[in-house]
Amino acid sequence: MNKVNEDEKRHILSLLVDNKPGVLARIAGLFSGRGFNIESLCVAETTDPLVSRITLVTIGSMSVVEQIEKQLNKLVNVVKVTDFADAPFVQREMALIKIRAKPEHRAEILRTVDIFRSRVIDVSSKYYTVEITGDEGKVRAFLNLLKPIGIKEIARTGAIALAREKI
Amino acid sequence: MKLKGTQILMKVLHEEEVDTIFGFPGGAVIDIYDQLVRTDIRHILVRHEQGAVHAADGYARASGRVGVCLVTSGPGATNTVSGIAAAYMDSSPIVVLTGQVPTHLIGNDAFQEVDIVGITRPCTKHNYQVTHIEDLAYTLKEAFYIARSGRPGPVLVDLPKDVMQATTDYKAVKDLQIRTYNPTYEPNMKQLPKVVELIKEAQRPVVFAGGGITLSGAFEELAEFARKIQAPVTTTLMGLGTFPAKDPLWLGMIGMHGTYRANMASGECDLLISIGVRFDDRVTGRPDTFASKAKIVHIDIDPTSIRKNIPVTIPIVGDCKITLQSLNRLLDENGLGELGGKRQRWLSLIEEWKETKPFAYKQKDVIKPQFVVEKLYELTGGAAIITTEVGQNQMWAAQYYHFNRPNRFITSGGLGCMGFGLPAAIGAQIAHPESLVVDIAGNGSIQMNIQEMATAVQYNLPVKIAILNNQYLGMVRQWQEFFYDRRYACTEMAHEPDFVKLAEAYGAVGLRATRPQEVESVLDEGLSISRPVIMDFMVEKEECVYPMVPAGSSITEMLLV
Repeated sequence: MNKVNEDEKRHILSLLVDNKPGVLARIAGLFSGRGFNIESLCVAETTDPLVSRITLVTIGSMSVVEQIEKQLNKLVNVVKVTDFADAPFVQREMALIKIRAKPEHRAEILRTVDIFRSRVIDVSSKYYTVEITGDEGKVRAFLNLLKPIGIKEIARTGAIALAREKI
Repeated sequence: MKLKGTQILMKVLHEEEVDTIFGFPGGAVIDIYDQLVRTDIRHILVRHEQGAVHAADGYARASGRVGVCLVTSGPGATNTVSGIAAAYMDSSPIVVLTGQVPTHLIGNDAFQEVDIVGITRPCTKHNYQVTHIEDLAYTLKEAFYIARSGRPGPVLVDLPKDVMQATTDYKAVKDLQIRTYNPTYEPNMKQLPKVVELIKEAQRPVVFAGGGITLSGAFEELAEFARKIQAPVTTTLMGLGTFPAKDPLWLGMIGMHGTYRANMASGECDLLISIGVRFDDRVTGRPDTFASKAKIVHIDIDPTSIRKNIPVTIPIVGDCKITLQSLNRLLDENGLGELGGKRQRWLSLIEEWKETKPFAYKQKDVIKPQFVVEKLYELTGGAAIITTEVGQNQMWAAQYYHFNRPNRFITSGGLGCMGFGLPAAIGAQIAHPESLVVDIAGNGSIQMNIQEMATAVQYNLPVKIAILNNQYLGMVRQWQEFFYDRRYACTEMAHEPDFVKLAEAYGAVGLRATRPQEVESVLDEGLSISRPVIMDFMVEKEECVYPMVPAGSSITEMLLV
């Protein structure tokens, strides 16, 4: 993870974009060409098959993030950009984790899985594969607890997020 | 109506009132050319695809209309990239049509296949590959619309050969709506009274205008605004001509090679009203020292230009013309009272800077390049359309030729693309057949697209090329002189063609001046010939452009003669 400077903050940007070939390349190219950060990126179709949602996590100072949002808005294929720094939101990440499951560790693994409301989704003689969803902090904490036991490999999504509605 | 792809393309070109295309044929566009010659659209056969794009760009800048070029796939397409990037940096509206291998071969590394959409993504305003003929008409209309609207720019449309050969039902596209593209023309009216307040308070205001004035056609409005508020006006390189150089409020160009008074005024002003500019590093110098005593108003149609490099007091996103019209109206309604007295000290300080530190050179035994440009200005009465190459020639053209109208100074400002001037002159000459078009060139840059001499001769385009020949790559040499202890690494053009003979070989006219007293007669003769002419001026080899702000210094710290 990149080092966060004093005035730099993590921003979750939610983009609605045309669901067309090349749109992701335009966005990725904008970030690389102008030296902006991408921490993580998730893309999938919305209920409207013509529109995709990209949830993108970036780190930058206010002025850099303002420039990022303006540059994204300038792309012809971008419908809307929302910065979740401005309003309450819910966010989730997901990770699949393959853990070395020696007999003496199995109980602890299952206990940790239980505490984190995680699930075991595959079992073999040597490994458990578990899934976890949560915000970035929860996933990181879970990984930190499992690390001493032995993680073989992980697959992680980036963050996805939606604005909270008023109650 | 059933039409082929090539016929649909011609339909759209007619609808868009395209009268000229700059291009170069090849395998992937044979079908398009076969159709093109059956229309009344004029095709200008360039000698290199880069020339086609610069020519379309020059045409666009001189006429304010969209320039169009057509090239084949692969190398034809890659050769357009420098031209596209130049148009992108200077917001010039062009549409680049590239041929492409048939859709079933795309991705196969087919002969003359290249992913030109991928290559040009970062240097076009937008680009497309048309993979279904049903999308062709709409995509082409979108391309023209995007190129010319908002902040203009180049749009590339990649046309696979099989799509152009296919047939479909054609219906003219009537209402074009792009849900995701809506440029902001109308400014936020709440911001404007704040500007009027700042103008009222200001003791030392400066108006700072750029290429946005030309693009939005706000020439009259800018002059009205500046006179109303009695503020002196400076412009960027791209803004030359957007404010009359003969006006007493004219400060001259700002920036690395700007006038002493413009740069000093930017440092001393208490209000900087910036209109249609983007605060390029060649303008601001060290950004944290730029206009550091001033409140800054920034008006631009492109939100990304605002607060990109310089913090501003009042940001206004909008079209320069519409915004200035509204501001002028507001100023009329409010009334500013008697400004003459209030501005007197400021304007006389500027006058003092002008008197004490003008552009200067001494014409002795060897021709000074500044003298050539100054003579050219005198002899043409400032009426010529000037294109430039890039480097010292460009800066001397900007300093010593004076512009009273927009669309008269055509230069690669943002990209600084050597080889721009000659093809751009060709494009400008086609847009204005009756006008005198002069490319002020350097011996280095002119050789980058010299092959377009053949184009000028073939179509009898009487462009004039004035080479300020110092036998060096002069601007880089100047930097080496100032900042690298005169180590002239690879900047001496040890061997050059005889430009007079070269002109003759192309079927043009070649003239040369080697002594100061020949300058006027060569210019006189060259300008009077109704054919393409190269005038080779053998100038002082180690002349430098002054003033100069070293890169990274404050704009008020100038090296003077």
